[in-house]
Amino acid sequence: MSEPETLTVEVNGFPTRIWRKGSGPKIGFLAGLGGLPRWIPFLDELAKQRTVIVPSLPGFPGGDRGHSVLDSHLDWLLAVHELLEKADLMGADLVGSSVGGSLAAEMAALWPQSVRKLALIAPFGLFLDNDPPTDPWAQRADAVPGLMCADPEIWTALKTAPEGANSIEWPIEQTRASEAAARIFWPLGNTRIEKRLRLITAPTLLLWGEQDRIMPHGYAEVFAKGIAGPSATQVIPRAGHLAELDQPAAVAEAILTFLG
Amino acid sequence: MKLMWFHLMPYTELPEDFREANPSVWVDIHSSLFDPKRAHLMYNDFMDELEYAAQVGFDAVCVNEHHSNGYGLMPSPNLIASSLARRTSDTAICVMGNSLALYNPPTRVAEEFAMIDCISGGRLIAGFPVGTPMDTCYAYGTNPSQLRQRYMEAHDLVVRAWTEKDTFAFNGRFNQQRYINIWPRPIQRPHPPIWVPGGGSVETWRWCAEMDYVYCYLSYYGYKAGRATMDGFWAEMDRLGKDRNPYHAGFLQFVGVGESRQHAMDLYGEAAEYFYGRCLHVDARWATPPGYTSEGSQRAGIESQVKKAADSNVRGKSTGERMSSVAREMDAIVDNGYVIVGSPDEVVEQLREVATNLNVGHLMLLLQFGNMNKELCRYNTRLFAEQVMPKLKDVHAQWDDRWWPQPMGAAERAEIPAFGPRLAAE
Repeated sequence: MSEPETLTVEVNGFPTRIWRKGSGPKIGFLAGLGGLPRWIPFLDELAKQRTVIVPSLPGFPGGDRGHSVLDSHLDWLLAVHELLEKADLMGADLVGSSVGGSLAAEMAALWPQSVRKLALIAPFGLFLDNDPPTDPWAQRADAVPGLMCADPEIWTALKTAPEGANSIEWPIEQTRASEAAARIFWPLGNTRIEKRLRLITAPTLLLWGEQDRIMPHGYAEVFAKGIAGPSATQVIPRAGHLAELDQPAAVAEAILTFLG
Repeated sequence: MKLMWFHLMPYTELPEDFREANPSVWVDIHSSLFDPKRAHLMYNDFMDELEYAAQVGFDAVCVNEHHSNGYGLMPSPNLIASSLARRTSDTAICVMGNSLALYNPPTRVAEEFAMIDCISGGRLIAGFPVGTPMDTCYAYGTNPSQLRQRYMEAHDLVVRAWTEKDTFAFNGRFNQQRYINIWPRPIQRPHPPIWVPGGGSVETWRWCAEMDYVYCYLSYYGYKAGRATMDGFWAEMDRLGKDRNPYHAGFLQFVGVGESRQHAMDLYGEAAEYFYGRCLHVDARWATPPGYTSEGSQRAGIESQVKKAADSNVRGKSTGERMSSVAREMDAIVDNGYVIVGSPDEVVEQLREVATNLNVGHLMLLLQFGNMNKELCRYNTRLFAEQVMPKLKDVHAQWDDRWWPQPMGAAERAEIPAFGPRLAAE
């Protein structure tokens, strides 16, 4: 697994990391809960066929404290749009997982020209009273890995400080990722995205981990019904909420097949 | 020094197997455990107890705010405070306090505190806590990533509402209000004294120093665990070149007075074990909403753990971590200093030490705790007032308390019918 190229752009005055790897048509990825404290195999799978570009969301690992100046939903959407522009992702295919999936969908809704095709992995943004998502911010620390991934070890490995990492700043950065997600989605995860789904005209693939313990499968149907463009839904076996962590090859294959 | 009588208003009838049968005393405590008719009696007992404390001569009575909490039945301490304003005459009324970020607009706090100040003739101490994670982020749904910024902004709004003479527009980051002009206005000028209960964060200490507010450390874990935090506060005050006026600080301490140490152990053991066993049973999932603890405090906490500093037992630990390692048997509760027990003279000796070592001029005393009944509470309160208080009054006498309420003169104040203060011996 070779290292990606790392660029730094500025969003609202905060240095923001952009990873880039591979060749071919561009594909962007917005990470889910916890963000990407390190490069993951799923991105390599995409990079086999595509130029994969991974901008860090504000406040997520690589995104500094960019979340701290985003007070409203509009602030968030403008920051992410600016980030896509600076990452050279305008008009490219866009993949988003979990909280990143919600933001990817917003980009396609508000700026239809900015997204060619869309793939959403268990996106946030809705709250169904009769089938609420699990509250990711009210959990004992030892329960979190099993809620994020079907195989808890995968999450634990992602979040364990690599040798040589700053032992004080690393855990703070992981907490910050959780805070950033909370800043936009607290307390219910509901950004009322259902009102904007009809603006999404990009062909959309909805992916769900079979063992997603955060976002119930029923939400796939709401997204599929709401989105104006054509959509397809696929369940990934042996995968949890962050399906791309549990099943990198299967998720990448589903996405690349859909994008064509 | 000032001796202040604090009530948490705990529900006193949580079942014996509460710990085993329930996930948490806070946030999702089950409604079936709450009997409103029993609560009627509890509230009235508690209010009697507060009034009694005022009658026997405590300098202040204190109430505080909690939500969805089995050991704190005061979602609105202001309701209790307004009743106390009518049922006491010279005692300071310390509302410790209103969690500013929870009020929308925060103008409400400026108004209600001004009402209490007016009704009481200027006896209010205005406490401004950020509030616990359980109260603010979970029970009230406030965004943990914005809580502190909202708190600071609400503080600015309330102080301006108290002090500006003309109607003004508040153009905040989170609050926009075109016309702020509260009626009534507080009696105390420029405003009631502001006290800030906080954890051990350097940011809070600096802010209290800068604003000249009283810093209060309201821990349930007593003077031994609290020492490091208060030392940290005074070290920061030294660094900032402030004097060591003990009235710049407040500290909470549980106390049980008896005829002897053993007598006190026997008298208060059940109530203490009820509090530390059942009341502090908080599910760890409510302890650390992300963003609640500032990154500066996280850093200090991790660094202190790395250094295995003496104070790492308290500072830098989340509420949940602290609560899960709490002593629950009376011997350990007393050994750890959570509750000070003894004969009046033994209590005097220990509290002199607390007040001196921690350099605290405002001692907030929990003489009712857990399921302590009214009779025992009165006994504890009276014994303290008669035999402990007089021997503590001289502590810190050389210092001036600049943070105490300045009420109207007695001759100017309204006559309250059907109530006259009685002496301790009734």
